[in-house]
Amino acid sequence: MYDPTVARLTYRALLGRRRALILGALPLLLIVISVVVRALAGADDQTAADLLGGLALATMVPIIGVIAGTGAIGPEIDDGSVVYLLSKPLKRPTIIFTKLIVAIAVTMVFSALPTLIAGFILNGNGQQIAVAYTVAALVSSIAYAALFLLLGTVSRHAVVFGLVYALVWEALFGSLVPGARTLSVQQWSLAVAHKVAGGDLVTSDVGLTTATVFLVVVTVLATWYAGQKLRSLTLAGEE
Amino acid sequence: MAVEHPAAAVPGDQTRIHNIGYRNYEGPRLGRSYATRSLYSQSLRGAYGLGRSIKSKVLPMLLFVVMCVPAAIMVAVAVATKAKELPVDYTRYAIIMQAVISLYVASQAPQSVSRDLRFKTVPLYFSRPIETADYVRAKYAALASAMFVLTAAPLIVLYVGALLAKLDFAHQTKGFAQGLVSVALLSLLFAGIGLVIASVTPRRGFGIAAVIAVLTISYGAVSTLQAIADAQNSSGAIPWIGLFSPVTLIDGVQSAFLGASSAFPGAVGPTNGEGAVYVLVVLGLIAACYGLLMRRYKKVGL
Repeated sequence: MYDPTVARLTYRALLGRRRALILGALPLLLIVISVVVRALAGADDQTAADLLGGLALATMVPIIGVIAGTGAIGPEIDDGSVVYLLSKPLKRPTIIFTKLIVAIAVTMVFSALPTLIAGFILNGNGQQIAVAYTVAALVSSIAYAALFLLLGTVSRHAVVFGLVYALVWEALFGSLVPGARTLSVQQWSLAVAHKVAGGDLVTSDVGLTTATVFLVVVTVLATWYAGQKLRSLTLAGEE
Repeated sequence: MAVEHPAAAVPGDQTRIHNIGYRNYEGPRLGRSYATRSLYSQSLRGAYGLGRSIKSKVLPMLLFVVMCVPAAIMVAVAVATKAKELPVDYTRYAIIMQAVISLYVASQAPQSVSRDLRFKTVPLYFSRPIETADYVRAKYAALASAMFVLTAAPLIVLYVGALLAKLDFAHQTKGFAQGLVSVALLSLLFAGIGLVIASVTPRRGFGIAAVIAVLTISYGAVSTLQAIADAQNSSGAIPWIGLFSPVTLIDGVQSAFLGASSAFPGAVGPTNGEGAVYVLVVLGLIAACYGLLMRRYKKVGL
C-alpha cells in the first residue's frame, strides 16, 4: 500500500523551493508571536489557550492542511504530468494512500510540532494545554489531509474550495450557527483535546464518541473516494 | 535518375516572385493606449468570469452575491423596523465581510497573472506595442476595479435602501461617501498585495493559498496581539500593532479620518497623529506593490 518512490516524488513536490518557504513561515510566525506574548503578558493559561485555539488550530492547521493536501496531487493533475505516474503498474489506491501519508506527515510536522513548541513557550505546558492542542493538531492533520487530498482529485479549484471550507464554514458559520460546529474537523479534534486536557480551558461542542466516529469515517471515506476518483480520472482541460 | 533539373542552371529572367495577392495592412493602427485599455477591460471582465467558461463564473459571482445579500437583509430589517439608522455603518461593512473579500482577491489575483506566467504568454504581450508599465498598470487597475465593484456594490444597496426608507439624506450621503473612499483604499491595497504574491508563482493553486495565508494569518496574529494588549491594559500599543495587517490598516485609517468606529479591541482607534502614520503606510504599501510588480515584470518580459 506504500510506495517509496511515489512518496519521495511527493515530498519533493511539496517541499521544493518556495512551497517550503511558506510552509515554514507560518509556524515560525506562530512561535515568534508566542515569544512576544510571553514576554509581554507572562505565562497565562487562558491566553495560551486563546492563542493556540484561535491562531494555531483554527487558522494555521487548516491552511497548512490545504497546502499539503491539495499540493500533494493538485499540481500534477493540473499540468497533466500525473499520466506518467498513472501509467506505471501501481494501483491507484496505493498512489492515493502514499500521497495521503506524505500529506499527513508534512501537515503534522509543520503544524503540530510548532503548536507544541508554542504551547511550551506560552505557559510551559500548564494544565496540559500544549499537549492537548498538539494532540488536536495531530488528529485534525489526518482528517484535513484526507479531505483536501480528495478535493485535489475532484476539482481544479481545490485550493479555493478547501479555503472556503476552512475559513467560511468553520470560522464564520461555526461562530454564527451552532449546528455548523457539529460538522467541523476543528471541533472534532477539540473533543479529543478536551479528553486529554480534562479541564474547562479546552472545550468542544461535540462529544468524544461522535467526534472519533466522524474523524475515522471522514478520513476513510475521503481516502477511498479519492482512490475511486483517481481510477476514473480524465485529463480534459478546462483552462 | 540522371535527368538534370534545368531550373537553377538556366540564367536570365526566368526567376520571378509570384504575386499571390497578399496585401499590406494600411488601416489605422490603434496603438499603445488602445492595447492597454483592451488588456484592462479583458482583465476586468475575466475577474468576474465574463468571457470565460461557466465554471470560472461560479466562484466570483457567488462571492459577489454573498457580499450583497447581507446588505439587502440589513436594509429590509431597517425598513421593517422603521429604524432611524442602518444596523451597520457604511465603513464597517467591508471589515465585517473581510473573509469574502480576501477569498475574492485570493482567487482572482492568480487568475489574472499566474496563467500568463505559466503558459509563457507574457512575452507575447510585450511583442505588441504595450510596455511593462502598461501591462502592470492595466492588470493592477483591472483587479482594483473588480475589487471596488465587489466592495462598493453592497454600499450602494445600503445607500439606496436607506434613502428608500427615508433616513436622513445628508447624514446617509456623508456616510456613503466615507464608505466609498475607504473601500477604494481597501481595493487598491488588497489588489496590490494579491498581485505581488500571485505574480511570483506560476502555479494558480499555490498563489491562492499564499495570498489567503498572508491576509488571514496577519489579521489573526494582529488581532490576537491587540486582544492581549487590551487585556494587559496597555491600550497605547494597540494602534501600533494594527499597522501590521491590511485589514487593520484600513480600519485604522477610516476610524482616524473617515468617522468610523474602530473594530479594534476596546474600540481604541488611532489618534489623528497615528492615523497619519496609517495613511502613510497604506499609500507606501500601494506604491511598494506597484514598484515590486514593475521590477518583477522587467525580468519576466524578456
